[in-house]
Amino acid sequence: MTRRVRIWIFLPALAGLAALLVWGYLGIPGFGDYHGPYGFVLDRLATPLRHMDNVVNATTYDIRGFDTLGEEFILFAAVIGVVMLLRDTDEKPEMRDEVESDLVRVFGTLAVGGAILVGLWLVAFGFVTPGGGFQGGVAIAGGAALVYLVAGYRAFAAFGDEQVLDPIKGVGAGGYVVIGLAALVSGLPYLTNLFSGGAVGTVWSGGSAGFVNWAAGMEVAAANLILYAEFLNQYIVPIARRS
Amino acid sequence: MIATLVPLQSVALALVALLAPAVVLARDPLRMIIVNGLYGLVLVLLFVIYGAPDVSLSMLVVSTVAYPFIVLIAIARVRARRGEKEDE
Amino acid sequence: MSFLPYAVAAWVCVVGLYGIVTSRNLIHLALCLTITQSSTYLLLLAIGYVKGGGPPIFKGVKLGTTTVDPVVQALTLTDIVVSVTVIALILALALDVHKQAGTIDPDEIREMSG
Repeated sequence: MTRRVRIWIFLPALAGLAALLVWGYLGIPGFGDYHGPYGFVLDRLATPLRHMDNVVNATTYDIRGFDTLGEEFILFAAVIGVVMLLRDTDEKPEMRDEVESDLVRVFGTLAVGGAILVGLWLVAFGFVTPGGGFQGGVAIAGGAALVYLVAGYRAFAAFGDEQVLDPIKGVGAGGYVVIGLAALVSGLPYLTNLFSGGAVGTVWSGGSAGFVNWAAGMEVAAANLILYAEFLNQYIVPIARRS
Repeated sequence: MIATLVPLQSVALALVALLAPAVVLARDPLRMIIVNGLYGLVLVLLFVIYGAPDVSLSMLVVSTVAYPFIVLIAIARVRARRGEKEDE
Repeated sequence: MSFLPYAVAAWVCVVGLYGIVTSRNLIHLALCLTITQSSTYLLLLAIGYVKGGGPPIFKGVKLGTTTVDPVVQALTLTDIVVSVTVIALILALALDVHKQAGTIDPDEIREMSG
């Protein structure tokens, strides 16, 4: 089948899909008129029961924590797939430091510290203000990725060492499961929140979901850093081989 | 508050509707990832207007760091291999 | 007006699919997939939006105030982060294809295997 034929077969199908989508979307409640009973109940119960101000994260890490466990393992499996595809070489190239500007070093170091600090803050206050393990984890990994731009490959390789990252990622994913099992051991359903949590609006609010949040943060940060390190190796190794 | 929100929503939605085809039609991956960054930032804006700061934070960290990083390296890798072949 | 957000979600989905089918570059294809995926975020958040509702965060806000739906947001925010690793997996596969076949144009790969 040639490319042209394929596109001509596809276009009517696409028009059909578009018509179906429009027809289907006409049947859902008008924009702004939906009042989901689940969200309504969560809004009124999450803060008194779980001591969390941020109902979105109360849903993500506590009330629907089981769904998030599934998401975590999609992430886990995808990263393992990437590593298996890309990690075909053991050579760790010795690269010359390419960054020569002092200005980049000074401001870059500040940016790295700032990004990692913001990431930690996002994870820590996930139940109070917008944030949480997923967003904070990506921010921490992004800050560490900046190290490559600021200080070159050698400094980044210290951050992106798989012997350090793999256990962190494993502990993050395993910790999530274990916190859930702890509830089972106490005779409660899987991933039930074990303590009522500290004062509302503090870092301590959230009970055992706080640990779930930190486990997610650890796993997301480590998984993203592993991705960055593997991709960066793809870029660096051929250059080093040629020179 | 609501009166000002609705025009803002229309503007953000229009930007999303325009930038999505712009990303797809920028056939060169390098140009595409730059337009994609812009599209991501418009989504961030729209999610804030929708009252979803958590989601917009998620989109923000992903579209500014994670996507460009891995896509740029993939582009560079493909180009480097083409260069190696021409050397031979 | 009340249909516009859904129309945009449908439009973005269709545009992304068009990009996938007409793509001549696997990296381009992976990014088109993220566009299609973003249409689900647009749809979910549009459904969850409530007129006059604030974000579902009660820091300094009286309990029981009308907010937008937190459930769809919880679904969306994790998916955005997970999508990065999935796209990374697709790109890793594309790099592998490039190593084996010497091209990342889907049509040329078909010719080689046939």
